[in-house]
Amino acid sequence: MEWLDAIIQGVLLGGLYALFATGLSLIFGVMRLVNIAHGDLIVLSAFLGLAMFNGTGVHPLISLIVIVPVMAGIGYALQRGILNLTLGRDILPPLLVTFGLSIIIQNVLLEVFSADTQRLKAGALETASIAIGDQIAIGWFPLIVFLSAVGVIALLQLVLFRTRLGTAFRATSDDHETAALMGIDNRHVFGLAMALALAVVALAGTFMAIRTNFSPAIGPARLLYAFEAVIIGGLGSLWGTLAGGVILGVAQAIGAKFHPGGQILAGHVAFLIVLVLRPNGLFPRTRDR
Amino acid sequence: MSKESRTAKRVGTTRRQVLKAGAAGAVGTAAISAGFPSIVRAADTVRIGYVSPRTGPLAPFAVSDEFNVATVLEAIGGKVDSGGNSLNVEIIVKDSQSNPNRAAEVASELILSDEVHLLCAGNTPETTNPVADQAEINEVPCITTLCPWQPYFFGRGGNPAEGFQWTYHYFWGLEDVIAVFLNLWAKIETNKVVGGLFPNDGDGNAWGHPELGFPKPLAGAGYTLIDPGRYQNLTDDFSAHISEFKENGVEIVTGVVLPPDFTTFWTQAAQQGFRPKAATVGKALLFPEAVEALGDAGHNLSSEIWWSPSHPFTSSITGQTCGELAAAFTAATGKQWSQPVGYGHSIFEVALDVVSRAEDINDTEAMLASIVATNVSTIAGPVSWGSGPVKNVAKMPLVGGQWRRTPDGSFAYDLTITSNETAPDVPTNAEMELIG
Repeated sequence: MEWLDAIIQGVLLGGLYALFATGLSLIFGVMRLVNIAHGDLIVLSAFLGLAMFNGTGVHPLISLIVIVPVMAGIGYALQRGILNLTLGRDILPPLLVTFGLSIIIQNVLLEVFSADTQRLKAGALETASIAIGDQIAIGWFPLIVFLSAVGVIALLQLVLFRTRLGTAFRATSDDHETAALMGIDNRHVFGLAMALALAVVALAGTFMAIRTNFSPAIGPARLLYAFEAVIIGGLGSLWGTLAGGVILGVAQAIGAKFHPGGQILAGHVAFLIVLVLRPNGLFPRTRDR
Repeated sequence: MSKESRTAKRVGTTRRQVLKAGAAGAVGTAAISAGFPSIVRAADTVRIGYVSPRTGPLAPFAVSDEFNVATVLEAIGGKVDSGGNSLNVEIIVKDSQSNPNRAAEVASELILSDEVHLLCAGNTPETTNPVADQAEINEVPCITTLCPWQPYFFGRGGNPAEGFQWTYHYFWGLEDVIAVFLNLWAKIETNKVVGGLFPNDGDGNAWGHPELGFPKPLAGAGYTLIDPGRYQNLTDDFSAHISEFKENGVEIVTGVVLPPDFTTFWTQAAQQGFRPKAATVGKALLFPEAVEALGDAGHNLSSEIWWSPSHPFTSSITGQTCGELAAAFTAATGKQWSQPVGYGHSIFEVALDVVSRAEDINDTEAMLASIVATNVSTIAGPVSWGSGPVKNVAKMPLVGGQWRRTPDGSFAYDLTITSNETAPDVPTNAEMELIG
C-alpha cells in the first residue's frame, strides 16, 4: 500500500516535471535550440502571476487567462528579436545567448521583486485532497497539475499533427532550408513555436508557484529536471516528455522510499540508465543527421 | 592588441591616481565622509570591508545591508575617534553572490587592493568561512557573525585547543538551538515522538549528527527521534517522510529546512492528513515572507529567535532600541523586520568599537589586541570574547517563539517569544500553543 502511495505521488509529480519540460522539448524539436533560460522563464512567469495577484487579488488559476498570452507574446518577441539572430549551423551562439538571458532575467527579478521567497496563494485548493482508503490521499492540486500536463500535451500533439501550423513546424524541423523554399517563413514559424513553448511555461510557472516557494535564483534548479525529462522521453517527442517526467517522478518517489538521500539520486540514475540503454531516449522523433 | 594596451594603460593611470590620492588626500572617501575637505592624510581613513550575499539564494539575509550601512554612517557622521584622532570611516561592501568561492575572491580583493584595516562578514557559513579563511591567511583582523559557531569553527577545520589567530566570530551554537527547542516542547502536551527533517548539507548533517547533533540530547530528554535520513535540498516530494512520520505517530516535526522545501513538506502533509501538534524548524521560518508564503498554515509554527524588536538591547551607535531599529527598517524599506536586521547593525557596532579602542589602526597586532579586548553592548546583545566555547567565539542569547497570524496588523504574521529559559533577559510576550 505504501509503495502504491509512493508510485501515485511520483506519477503526479511527474506531471509537473513534464510541464516544465514540454516547452523545452517543443522548441528543441522545431529549431534545435537548447534554451538555458527555460528555468528562469518559468520563474519569470511565476513572478508575473505574483504581480497579477498582488495587483488584482484574482485567483492565480484565473490569472492564467492573462499570463499565458502575455508569456506567448514575450516568447514571440524574444524569438524574432534575439534568438532568430543566433540560429545557424553552430549550436553554440544560442546556448550562450540563452545563458546570458538566464543571468539577466535572474538579476532583473532580483532588482524588481527583491530576494524574498514568494508563493502564489491558491486558498483551500493548496491542501485539499481526496482520501482513498486510510493509507492514500491524492491532493487535488497535484492531480490538476497532472491532468493539465496530459491535456496540454494532447493539445500540442493535435496542433502538431492536425493543423497547417503543425505541418509547418514539422517541415521546418525536418529540413528548414527546403521548407523555406516551399514558402514557409522560418522566422515566423520559430517565433510561433517559442510563443507556444512560453505559453506552456506560463502554466508550469504558475503551478510551481502555487506548489512551493520561489525566488529569483531558483530557475536553474528547475531546468535540470526539465532537461532530464526531455532526454528520457526522446528528443522532440511530446508524449515521450510526459513519460520522461513520470519516470523521473516515480524514480524519485521510489528512491525516497528506500532512503530520503536516494530521492534525487534515483531520478538521476533512472536518467543515466535510459541514456546508456537508449541514447536517443525512449520515443525519439527527431534524429540529427 | 591595441585595445588591450590601452586598457592596460588606463588601469595603470587609475592605480597611480589611487596612489596619489592615497598620498595627498582621501579623495575616494570624500563622498562618504559627508563632503569633508579632502585635505586629510590617508592614514586618517579607516577602511572596513564587509562581505555579504547581496544577490543569489542567500540574498534575503542581506536585504538590510544598505539600510544598516546608511544608518551607521549617518549616526557617526562618517567619523570615528581612535587613538586621539578623528578618522573618516569608509565601509566597503562587496557581494559574495551567495557563492563561497566568490566570497573568498572579494575578501582577498578587500585585503589586497582596498587594503582594509578590518574585514567583516556575515550571513551563513557560505560567507563567513571563506572570508575568515582569507583573513587568516593574509593575517588581517576579521570579525564575523550570523552563522552558528560549530559550522564556523569546525567547518574551517578549527582545533579547539589552538583556535584561530586573526578571526573572531559571535553568534550562538547548536547546543543553544537544541535547548530552546526542548524548552518550547516542554510547554505542550505531546507523545514526545519527534520527526526530523535534516537535509544533506552542512546544517542538516550537523543537526542530525548522532553524537553532536539532536539525537543524543533528545533521547536524554525522553524524546523518540524518527529520522528517515538525509534528503537533498530542493526536493519536490516529501511523501516518503510523511508516511514514515504518520506510521510512527510523530507529533512534533523539527529540522533545518530550506523555505521552499518546508512549504512543499507542509502542503503535502496537509494533503495527506498528517497534522503534528508542533513544528519547530530552523532556517525555513526565519523570514516573515517565508511564513506568509504558507498562507494560513503558518500559524503557530515555531522557531529559534536570535533577535526581535522586543529584545532588551540598544545600539551603541544610534542609541536606538531593538523596536526602534525594526521600525526604522520598516519605514525605510517597507518590509517587515527580520532577524538579520539586528545582527547586520551589530557587526558595525563591534567593528567601530574595535577601531575606536585600537592604539594604531595600521598596526594589525594592535587591531587584533583591540578585538580580543572587546566588551561592547550591541543591539544584538553584549559581545565579548574570552568566555566562549572556544577562544574565537563569543556566544549570543537565543530564545524561542511562535509565528502568530495578526489579522489586524500591517503584516500577516508576527513572531512572538514563548520561551526564554535560555536567556531570561529577553522577555516572553506570548504562551506556547498547539498547532490548529
